[in-house]
Amino acid sequence: MSIDLERFHKSFFEESFEGLDSMETALLALDITAVDSETINTIFRAAHSIKGGAATFGFSSVAEYTHGVETLLDQMRAGKRVITQGDVDLLLRVVDVLRGLLGSARDGAPFDAAAVTSTQAEIRLALSGESAAAVAVVKTADAPAPVNAGWQIRFAPKPDLFRSGNDPLRIIRGLERLGELAVVADITAVPSFIEADAESCYLAWDLTLRGDIARADIDEQFSWVEDEALIEITPLAAEASADAAPIAAKPTLSLVRSNPADAVATPAAAAVPAAAPAAGAAGAAAGASRASSEGSSIRVGTEKIDALINLVGELVITQAMLTQQASALDPVQFEKLLHGLSQLDRNTRMLQEAVMATRMLPMEAVFSRFPRVVRDLAAKLNKQVRLVTVGEQTELDKSVIEKITDPLNHLVRNSLDHGLELPDARIAAGKDATGTIRLSASHAGGHIVIEVADDGRGLDRARIVAKAQANGLITAAQAETMPDNDVWQLIFSPGFSTAEKVTDVSGRGVGMDVVKKNIQALGGQVELSSEAGRGSRTLIRLPLTLAILDGMTVAVAGETFVLPLNAVVESMQPSPDQVRTVAGEGQVVRVRNEYVPMVALWRLFRLDSQVRDAHNGILVLLESEGRKVALLVDELVGQQQVVIKNLEANYKRVPCISGATIMGDGHVALILDVGELVRSTVQAAAA
Amino acid sequence: MNAESVSSSATSHSTSVLVAGCELLSFSLGAEYYGVDILKVQEIRGYDTVTRIPDAPEWLKGVINLRGAIVPVIDLRIKFNLSSVAYNEFTVMIILNLASRVVGIVVDAVSDVTRLTPEQIKPAPEFGAGIDTRYISGLGTLDDRMLILVDIERLLHTDELAAIVPAMDRTTLN
Repeated sequence: MSIDLERFHKSFFEESFEGLDSMETALLALDITAVDSETINTIFRAAHSIKGGAATFGFSSVAEYTHGVETLLDQMRAGKRVITQGDVDLLLRVVDVLRGLLGSARDGAPFDAAAVTSTQAEIRLALSGESAAAVAVVKTADAPAPVNAGWQIRFAPKPDLFRSGNDPLRIIRGLERLGELAVVADITAVPSFIEADAESCYLAWDLTLRGDIARADIDEQFSWVEDEALIEITPLAAEASADAAPIAAKPTLSLVRSNPADAVATPAAAAVPAAAPAAGAAGAAAGASRASSEGSSIRVGTEKIDALINLVGELVITQAMLTQQASALDPVQFEKLLHGLSQLDRNTRMLQEAVMATRMLPMEAVFSRFPRVVRDLAAKLNKQVRLVTVGEQTELDKSVIEKITDPLNHLVRNSLDHGLELPDARIAAGKDATGTIRLSASHAGGHIVIEVADDGRGLDRARIVAKAQANGLITAAQAETMPDNDVWQLIFSPGFSTAEKVTDVSGRGVGMDVVKKNIQALGGQVELSSEAGRGSRTLIRLPLTLAILDGMTVAVAGETFVLPLNAVVESMQPSPDQVRTVAGEGQVVRVRNEYVPMVALWRLFRLDSQVRDAHNGILVLLESEGRKVALLVDELVGQQQVVIKNLEANYKRVPCISGATIMGDGHVALILDVGELVRSTVQAAAA
Repeated sequence: MNAESVSSSATSHSTSVLVAGCELLSFSLGAEYYGVDILKVQEIRGYDTVTRIPDAPEWLKGVINLRGAIVPVIDLRIKFNLSSVAYNEFTVMIILNLASRVVGIVVDAVSDVTRLTPEQIKPAPEFGAGIDTRYISGLGTLDDRMLILVDIERLLHTDELAAIVPAMDRTTLN
């Protein structure tokens, strides 16, 4: 029977890369002073399933490599090895090498062969060096003896071993070829004849294999069944073999019998030798967690989910239309219909939320890569850094997550490279030698706010100004008077980098403008603040999703416009004396001791509105990028969720309009681009 | 350079279609009869209220909701400077599918679908500076009626809707 394994390759690679990620996360979380067995188990499980999968699918290079790693991890897991920082570093390098190996197995891409051999050698060294340490820590008989006397093997297949086409007899015969073999069959788990299933395996074996045999040779025999059986291979002590050798001159076979009632009450656990309960429990835990994760998630293509979201968007519009039509009906006569509609309304909303939630991923997906980035960079730059992440559980649309990773990476690298000082400088400045980089994510209104903050030296105003002048971005006069916040904005200009020397970490001069562009493309905003000697802070505000917007609908001259609700601060009906003109032209409105420039929407869009004066209409106070604008509209209509439609698909970009949406009555309403509106107003005021 | 190649290819395309003898949808604007390639017509629907777009030229009436898609609507009567522009129950919108985008045009009435042979199509004469003939790919004779063949793609390429053609090329065309 031949099975087409190719089709399983994709999920094998996906799972393996995920496994590597979790290995990396666990390694970074590992505190060597207080080793948490669950963390070690996580790392071990990941390595183990990669090895198992690789062996099954015939990626022997991966399987072989992982095997050494697994042995090392196994020792850690069993508490036979004291974990050092060196081990953690080695394992992190191993994760990198494995990524390369898996990548090459998948795409045939070249991998770093030198790193493979060097890490392999290191693992071997670590494994041979451990014996001394192991003896020191736990003096047990099963510590590896200097002369390999042989192996004690416990082989307990799962009941469904036969169903996968494996035959224990073949394995035992294979072992027999390696050396002198004593077999003890354990039949404690065999049920009564009536209960027994002919296709299940109830037997387990204790095998004693004598002779100088490499562990790898034994593993090879079990390579097909390692996921389907409990296999424990422990080296025999040298003396024991010397004593036992004359007795077991020829291969032996004996049976272990027990009271069947016992076997029923305590199944597999009772049969496991006392030395290995921890390993057995860990194996069971591994199995359980694997099973639960398989049960709780399925892989679905993004395009399927996107299609679903589009359909639900249409459904929401249709539902709103129906509700609007039904509002004219007589509630008594059409009671049942109206009841059904309100039910539909509720269900549609819940469906929409549920569908949107399928695209949401926790920020953890992005944050999890930074401990490694920071760690490596800090080592390279000789800096001491502590990375604090907050709000990993904050959820964000998958497409936004994908696009935010690079800008964030850039910001973190910048903070590390330019922001944080070297330990000496920090101590001289009276700060903790270890710098802190804080990554946080939180919901704020309809936005998600991601913050990258460091406690380094802060931005250098003099240097930025000097550089901007040299680049011709600002004049000398501007350099003197420019407020700090505007100076910080300069670093978002293309080609702007104040790094004194170009490093491979950051400072190629293509940084911050790309960051800003990427974030704006997502409908987000970047804000930068800095305090000399205290550090700098970058705030990224992103919309939760790119498809749906919480909007406030306003009317001007009988036309409806949608304002993004997250930009709306408040709305008010101003008294005539609140509105003042400046230089005869511009109007400002006084809101609680603050003068805010006023924009009349009818004038901006050349609409024929009856409401010309502010005190006859409504002012909506909008805020973007820290600046406020008061927008004059005729009236407020309401508040609703709208599905954003692209205006550019069939038309083109319109100034101050970010898109369009379809209202409940089927009409199109334009969505205002508040960021652009505020920018253009402020620019017009400055000019 | 680019603009020339674009427009010439557009012209050659429409002429080649016309030479092959294509079916045209004829419609009326005031007293004049016009024709567009029927393969570009997606559907015909009654005139409905449109949503205005700020700062758009007068002939761009605005956008409509066409089953979830936002589609711009152009009033050809305003575009061609016709004297009377009325919106009544006969006013129709022809939804055209051009390359990658969908556009609606407002006309007074749709008459019928006709087939023209290459002999029936004459090139558009030069009127001098007074009349813009750039959108006219030819004049067709049908019985004793004259059909003005509109190169709709070119019409849209040369004007406001020309997001496909870079701004620089537009100025050279204008």
